[in-house]
Amino acid sequence: MGDASSPPLTNKRRVATTSLAGCFGCHMSLLDIDERLFTLLELVEFDRSPLTDIKHCGPCDIGIVEGGICNAENVHVLREFRKNCKILVAIGACAITGGLPAQRNHLDLASCLQEVYLTEPGLEHGLIPNDPELPLPLDKVHPLHEVVKVDYFIPGCPPSADAIWSFLTDLLAGHTPRLGHGLISYD
Amino acid sequence: MSFELETAAHPENLRRVAIEPLSRVEGHGKVTLLLDEYDRVQQARLHIVEFRGFEKFVQGRPFWEIPVMVQRLCGICPVSHHLAASKAMDQIVGATQLTPTAEKLRRLMHYGQILQSHALHFFHLSSPDLLFGFDSDRARRNIVGVAAAHPDIARQGVLLRKFGQEVIRVTAGKRIHGTSAIPGGVNKNLSQEERDFLLADIYPVIAWSRDAVQLIRRLFEQNLSLYTSFGRFRAHTLSLIRADGAMDLYHGGLRARDRDGHTLFDHVEYDHYWDYVFEEVKSWSYMKFPFFRSLGPEQGWYRVGPLTRVTQCDFIDTPFAERERREFLAFDEGSASGATLAYHWARMIEMLHAAEMIKELLHDDDLMGEDLVTSGTRQERGVGMIEAPRGTLIHHYRVNEDDLVVRANLIVSTTHNNQAMNEAIRAVARQYLDGRKLSEGLLNHIEVAVRAFDPCLSCATHALGKMPLIVELLDAGGVRLDAISRDN
Ligand code: SF4
Repeated sequence: MGDASSPPLTNKRRVATTSLAGCFGCHMSLLDIDERLFTLLELVEFDRSPLTDIKHCGPCDIGIVEGGICNAENVHVLREFRKNCKILVAIGACAITGGLPAQRNHLDLASCLQEVYLTEPGLEHGLIPNDPELPLPLDKVHPLHEVVKVDYFIPGCPPSADAIWSFLTDLLAGHTPRLGHGLISYD
Repeated sequence: MSFELETAAHPENLRRVAIEPLSRVEGHGKVTLLLDEYDRVQQARLHIVEFRGFEKFVQGRPFWEIPVMVQRLCGICPVSHHLAASKAMDQIVGATQLTPTAEKLRRLMHYGQILQSHALHFFHLSSPDLLFGFDSDRARRNIVGVAAAHPDIARQGVLLRKFGQEVIRVTAGKRIHGTSAIPGGVNKNLSQEERDFLLADIYPVIAWSRDAVQLIRRLFEQNLSLYTSFGRFRAHTLSLIRADGAMDLYHGGLRARDRDGHTLFDHVEYDHYWDYVFEEVKSWSYMKFPFFRSLGPEQGWYRVGPLTRVTQCDFIDTPFAERERREFLAFDEGSASGATLAYHWARMIEMLHAAEMIKELLHDDDLMGEDLVTSGTRQERGVGMIEAPRGTLIHHYRVNEDDLVVRANLIVSTTHNNQAMNEAIRAVARQYLDGRKLSEGLLNHIEVAVRAFDPCLSCATHALGKMPLIVELLDAGGVRLDAISRDN
């Protein structure tokens, strides 16, 4: 049942994608390339991604990571991506700065926990989840580059499909990706 | 309080198998199984393994920011959060009745969202299981495999999703995380060109949606006993309903039925939802477990979403979808309507309904009206509810006299289905895994059951408090967590 990390059978480039502490909006924007998806599939094969059932990233040419880091498992997955991917891409505001989830960075966690789990009205009986199956949270949400080296950053929340398309086609063609007029946005 | 297979009596000597991460679902989750020496399943749990923190950090923000902020809960159904928050903020600004232009634009946006989300889930994420088999070759079990084996189906899926996204772009300004709904209305109407642009594609979109309903129906016909029995369980149901009993995904009162289809409550105004729905916390998931207050946590859990909506509405107000609803209910003497995999069928009926509604709205000149915003007597509390693609979504805010949010409570669709999803995976574990040597394909059966609900684990991880208390990992940088121990 181990994850196959067998070498690709074609000369297609292998791409892995994952979402850490993100909202999946950057993945949705990737899918917003619409019919160009079929062109992309002629050029690349997907390794681990929310679209496939590969659970661990194998050797890849490009790794695309959405979302910042909010727990120990995120750190794990990110390191696995860095180790296996020749080029690592941080996509979207969350991956680049922590994004909106990083707004929790100034909050006191203990009182929040108590409020949500113990004293909030509408709860049958309070209890703070504490099972070992739940990954360890970090006290702050971090951007990717604080933990691993990142090769490219695509800004936006999310970056537009055209920006992602332009970036990927450049990279796959062996050019240095450059986002032209109208392709860089920060919202 | 515990459910069968929820908690093993003696976990010490059991073997743990984890399905992690769940794939082809939106968001972050995993399933763990505990097996005894005879490979019998003793425990099965769906865990939600991430938290973010929206309910907390929206506190102190100006209320008019919230509809844009909360979209970042979920990039798959941002419009649902955008609209649920806007509906709550309508109440804050005292807009009891939106202008026709505002309400219809929001509805158009919402139906675009239903269409794209349902298409994404069915074609991109779930169709590989259904077309190739639950334990088919893992390498092919994805949209790439579907594109190779069934190019027309894959293409229609991509184009259906595209159309829904374009409806959102035109109405909200952006395909993902748009900005057009504001407290009391909307900030843009539809131009003639935008309307013509969308109208140009609507007929193929309706035709493909009809094909999609036939596709899932055929799959049921071809695998009748598998599809009607897989992961089956009985649950109470909850959805919004229009005053005349029609399906209404944008607005309505609450309707709940028990497992036998008897009414528990009906046409209830949702602004006091807490009189009806309570939540329970379990130590092993960040996601709470809601239940009907009158029945208690053990008996009161329920399911929401397409299957609930299609089976408990009195009718659907568009002709093609209504015909499909009737056929669905009559199919095999009604056996499909309680099946877990029937979520897919119901979802496709809703996608067709959304396409028909979009067509109807595009022919309505109110969309091009100029009267966009209203307001009235300022209120302190706002509750917004909507039927999101995955089910009933609740946003609840309190705002102080300085216009700042002081309290927020969100109960997202997937949270309502928490117990139901756990029941489904336990049913599958009993049916297919118990006592057998586990293979990748068998484990995928568990994921097939989870996928049927189209869970948005991304949405479900919104609350800051939905985190375990792990003192030892937090660094010594002054975080005062050590006052609380793990056994709290
Ligand atoms: S950058 Fe924006 S779209 Fe991307 S994951 Fe973060 S919130 Fe979602």
